[in-house]
Amino acid sequence: MSQFRVCPDTGFYFDKSAESLMKANAVAGAVALLIAGIMALGVVLTRWQEVHLLPADLFYQVLTAHGINALIFWIIFFEIAIMYFASSVLLRTRLAAPRWAWAGFALMIIGAVMNNVAVLQGNSSVMMTSYVPMQAEPHFYLGLILFAVGALIGCFVFLGTLVIAKEDKTYDGSIPLVTFGALTACIIAVFTIACGAIILVPTFLWSIGYINHIDAEMYRVIWWGLGHSSQQINVAAHVSVWYLITGVLFGARPMSEKVSRSAFLLYIFFLQLASAHHILVDPGISSEWKVFNTSYAMYLAVLASMIHGLTVPGAMEVAQRSKGYTKGLFEWLRKAPWGNPVFSGFFISLFTFGFIGGITGVVMGTEQINLIIHNTIYVPAHFHATVVTGTTLTFMALTYLLIPLLFRRALFLPWVAKMQPYVFGGGMTMMILFMLGAGTLGVSRRHWDMDFTGAALSFEYPGTAYMMMAVGAIGGVLGVVGGAMYLTVTVGSLLFGKKLDENAGFLQSFGVPMPASSYNIEQPERLEMASKVVEEHGDGGFEAPGTFVLAMALLVCFVVYYFINWDYLSSVWPLS
Amino acid sequence: MTSFLPPSERIWWNVPVGKQEIVWIGIALVWCLIMFFMMPYWHIYGKQNLSNEAYQTTPAKFQAKVDAMVEQYQVGEEAGFPIVRPPAGSDVYILGRLWQWYPILELEKGQSYRVHLSSMDWNHGFSLQPVNINLQVLPGYEMVVTMTPDQAGDYAIVCNEYCGIGHHTMLGKIIVKEK
Ligand code: HEM
Ligand SMILES: [Cu+2]
Ligand SMILES: [Cu+2]
Repeated sequence: MSQFRVCPDTGFYFDKSAESLMKANAVAGAVALLIAGIMALGVVLTRWQEVHLLPADLFYQVLTAHGINALIFWIIFFEIAIMYFASSVLLRTRLAAPRWAWAGFALMIIGAVMNNVAVLQGNSSVMMTSYVPMQAEPHFYLGLILFAVGALIGCFVFLGTLVIAKEDKTYDGSIPLVTFGALTACIIAVFTIACGAIILVPTFLWSIGYINHIDAEMYRVIWWGLGHSSQQINVAAHVSVWYLITGVLFGARPMSEKVSRSAFLLYIFFLQLASAHHILVDPGISSEWKVFNTSYAMYLAVLASMIHGLTVPGAMEVAQRSKGYTKGLFEWLRKAPWGNPVFSGFFISLFTFGFIGGITGVVMGTEQINLIIHNTIYVPAHFHATVVTGTTLTFMALTYLLIPLLFRRALFLPWVAKMQPYVFGGGMTMMILFMLGAGTLGVSRRHWDMDFTGAALSFEYPGTAYMMMAVGAIGGVLGVVGGAMYLTVTVGSLLFGKKLDENAGFLQSFGVPMPASSYNIEQPERLEMASKVVEEHGDGGFEAPGTFVLAMALLVCFVVYYFINWDYLSSVWPLS
Repeated sequence: MTSFLPPSERIWWNVPVGKQEIVWIGIALVWCLIMFFMMPYWHIYGKQNLSNEAYQTTPAKFQAKVDAMVEQYQVGEEAGFPIVRPPAGSDVYILGRLWQWYPILELEKGQSYRVHLSSMDWNHGFSLQPVNINLQVLPGYEMVVTMTPDQAGDYAIVCNEYCGIGHHTMLGKIIVKEK
């Protein structure tokens, strides 16, 4: 039975059921992003103190929905699509157990809807962390559990697909780097979901009265085994996508497969450790453990990210130089396709993730420095640099790449797409920078009113803090506009984009397969190993000098900012 | 195009590594080690560290300790909160509950106090402003931190862990007096 089609533009092979599943997951993710974006507007316009849009109860409700829909539903639906792509498409194989994959998808949908209903009903405004003993409705937890089970099934389908590819010998040698990265994400995901089950199942039982006590600290420790590690899934996934995009756009090959893959292995070995950086100022956790754990055992996972930070742009630089962009240090970068949203989205994401997300994350994850940062608005600012301008923007760039290949539609309003990464990335960066500033001045996260209306006592933040929250909010509104642009382009492309294949109709945009005649290939040709390159080391072995300069610039910023924070810490009340 | 093709060696470990990457990995590793050693260094030479002292407790037990301190050392009242001035160097207690930090402490500049923190109900966040010291406060745990206020003035304790609808009204106070 023939079940593959080949993309005439890129030569990628699509398995019929994998194709439908990727579409369905990506569309579900986009819906979650839409909800999250609408909520974001409410959040950011309330935190802008002069506007102060929503009343307190609605603010906390909307903030809960924002966090869950954005960080959990949008990202994970999209990651499932990426896993299916990295396994079935990149390995030219059929997807394992498509029925299970659909069952997993159905569970994820049911879970997401159930959780959203719970939040909407109003008695579950507990934030996505749902720290006990504050209690949500049972179906709040049940929704999350079902979603996680569905995602776990997706992980196993991915692993099964790798096994099938190996057995059917659809490729020669080792799996490609991008698939390797996706495998990293998948392994971390299995660990993460196990932590989630260990903590959320008892919490659910507690909410229906079968268990009468859950220890508040134990909850936080295990919850962050889920909460932190899941961020590492995102990192592994978006780094893989970075490699994919440099490969597709520039024909770049990784500088060294060995280095890049070892870096992914470091993620697997050390990232799970890091959950303690969320509990650095909690009672009952010893300093030795905190030092070991928060440094992910001596920062070996940070090292891995620093490696990818060099090798991703480095691969691009080498490819560009070989095409003749060799003038000076940065011609390769200046002459990059800045008007192509796949590229601009990718590069802005790489830059903000490294320079802002990475640096602030390591700084605030330092045991003692956390004292001056914990639970301030600095924290959301940091993770918007990782998970929004990092992961989300990368996924947006990937969408622009996939709409023609997977959905067989041309981009709708390409000029909007062209501007979108700049508006979204720029707006969010503005929000991030100013909220980092406000956090340094002590402004709290998850806080409805920095005027403390109704409190018996009083406190006034400095005027600069108000100013920073306001400017940050303007950036946030721009970010929402950028998000709306993304959804306009993607939904518009699915509905009205020029058909690149006459069979790519309305229903096909949402996961219905094209007519059987479109899938006319029984088994794609075997995927051959890449050819060897003759290593030519110009510049005394420095093939990517521009990247090296950028990496050193990152390091300098990192070092300076790190010690500035120690200096700031040394000025607060002595504690021991 | 190898990011999505199998690598050129059957065993990827055998792919050669360029000099540039080795140099960068070396530099990055050194930096990681410096950051790692900064934490133990600060434990020894720095002045801002958390103790590892914490106890399991119950709201009732902790409340009793707070009440005893208030009874013994109350010196005034503000906005319905007792102001308490315990002796320098002693154990002092602050409890978080929906939606108060109780009581108001009056401390002496330059003296050290063993501050005990716990929550009566949900998670709360002890955020001392404008100094910007932030601690997580949990029910069932009593955390002890020795604090040495080094400047006189009025300080606010903002709650920075979400604790329900009145979260934004949860303000406390610490008064630091010159000797
Ligand atoms: C579209 C533009 C966005 C804006 C303007 C925005 C704005 C904000 C703001 C201001 C907060 C902090 C509120 C507070 O703590 O008081 C927040 C929280 C959060 N945001 Fe966003 N955000 C956006 C997109 C996203 C995306 C794409 C993600 C995830 C991929 C995300 C994930 C989160 C999470 C997890 C929280 C924390 C919620 C909590 O504290 O429980 N946001 N957002
Ligand atoms: Cu984390
Ligand atoms: Cu609170």
